[in-house]
Amino acid sequence: MPNEPSESAEDARRAPARRITMQRQGPILVDGPVEVELEDGTTVASDRWRVALCTCRRSRRYPWCDTSHRKRV
Amino acid sequence: MDDDRRGPQLPPARGPLSAAVTAHLLDTGPLPRPADAGAADPYGDDLQLALYLCYELHYRGWAGVAAGREWDPDLLRVRAALEDRFLTALRADTPGHGSLDEALGELLVEPVDGSGVSHYLRDEGELWQLREYAAQRSLYHLKEADPHAWVLPRLWGRAKAAMAAVEFDEYGGGRAARVHARLFADLMTDLGLDTTYGRYLDAASAEVLATVNMMSLFGLHRSLRGALVGHFAAVEITSSPGSRRLAEAMRRTGAGRAAEFFYDEHVEADAVHEQVVRHEVIAGLLEEEPHLAADVAFGIDATGFLEDRLGGRLLADWRAGRSSLRVPLASAETVPAS
Repeated sequence: MPNEPSESAEDARRAPARRITMQRQGPILVDGPVEVELEDGTTVASDRWRVALCTCRRSRRYPWCDTSHRKRV
Repeated sequence: MDDDRRGPQLPPARGPLSAAVTAHLLDTGPLPRPADAGAADPYGDDLQLALYLCYELHYRGWAGVAAGREWDPDLLRVRAALEDRFLTALRADTPGHGSLDEALGELLVEPVDGSGVSHYLRDEGELWQLREYAAQRSLYHLKEADPHAWVLPRLWGRAKAAMAAVEFDEYGGGRAARVHARLFADLMTDLGLDTTYGRYLDAASAEVLATVNMMSLFGLHRSLRGALVGHFAAVEITSSPGSRRLAEAMRRTGAGRAAEFFYDEHVEADAVHEQVVRHEVIAGLLEEEPHLAADVAFGIDATGFLEDRLGGRLLADWRAGRSSLRVPLASAETVPAS
């Protein structure tokens, strides 16, 4: 039976809105590559396919997540 | 000839099981009887090396051994008996968590006063101990991500796509210079170690063999795909903070730039992998096959159990001022690479 592809070539070309995954606890996940502008005017880049951005501001590799948001007991 | 000429050298045996498997591979003697496996220490040197000899046929083979031995039915029968002994012990020794959420939740909490190997190496590790650690871990890191690649055909949908993405990252994202196994070889060079595949097998303790054998066991059996995913999640979740401590150890001891880079890279990469494995691989797998939740938890618990045994062994040796290796590092390798 005739059918439509799950994602057509046209869909893929149309460059859908970039999806960002937010969590209450943990980093923001965004598809890479990304450039991040920091407060001091510098720009840092990551070419990972998926990038984890620190939101707890405790990362020692800010703006990249280094899992410092984890609960410590 | 289809002998694997470039494979690693067969190591010396560590008991009757590994001696008999070696003899069979070289056509010089009979295999052990499957019943012999049942009496062996499931975590001991002999059984673990015998299993390692069987599994390596699926990776790079052995120098002088026919590549076709990978599917030798007599050898597979013995391997099944060794696996049964190992897996039964692992299940018995990991009473486990009530639920998968509980098992994952425990991994996601960072102890303030951790006392594991990475804490020890960060705080007081000496260069010789870092070298021993790298030599022991080289059994896995020189084939990093390989045991996990076998799970790909056993997953589908979200879980497969996400697992493949993480593996692609482990394999350098298409760039040979960034393959994690290659980054580890660079670390070994910084530490003055021989990067030849299999070079430190004879030196490695039974505890290390068990950690690598567990990955091969979970990876090679479709019936253990849930455990493989759980194991992989445990590695990725614990890797980031552990790698930070090991990077600090490398910096403090002046091990070298490549040695620092290997662990620095894992701090960032595995902070991402952890998220993808939990939210996509585990969640995707359980969406399709919810009955595998207990196996995922078992994979997490078995990983913790074997890593704790290894850590305990390393720390006991080092605190007593002893080498953790079965064969000391040769003097030629103690000269750091310039």
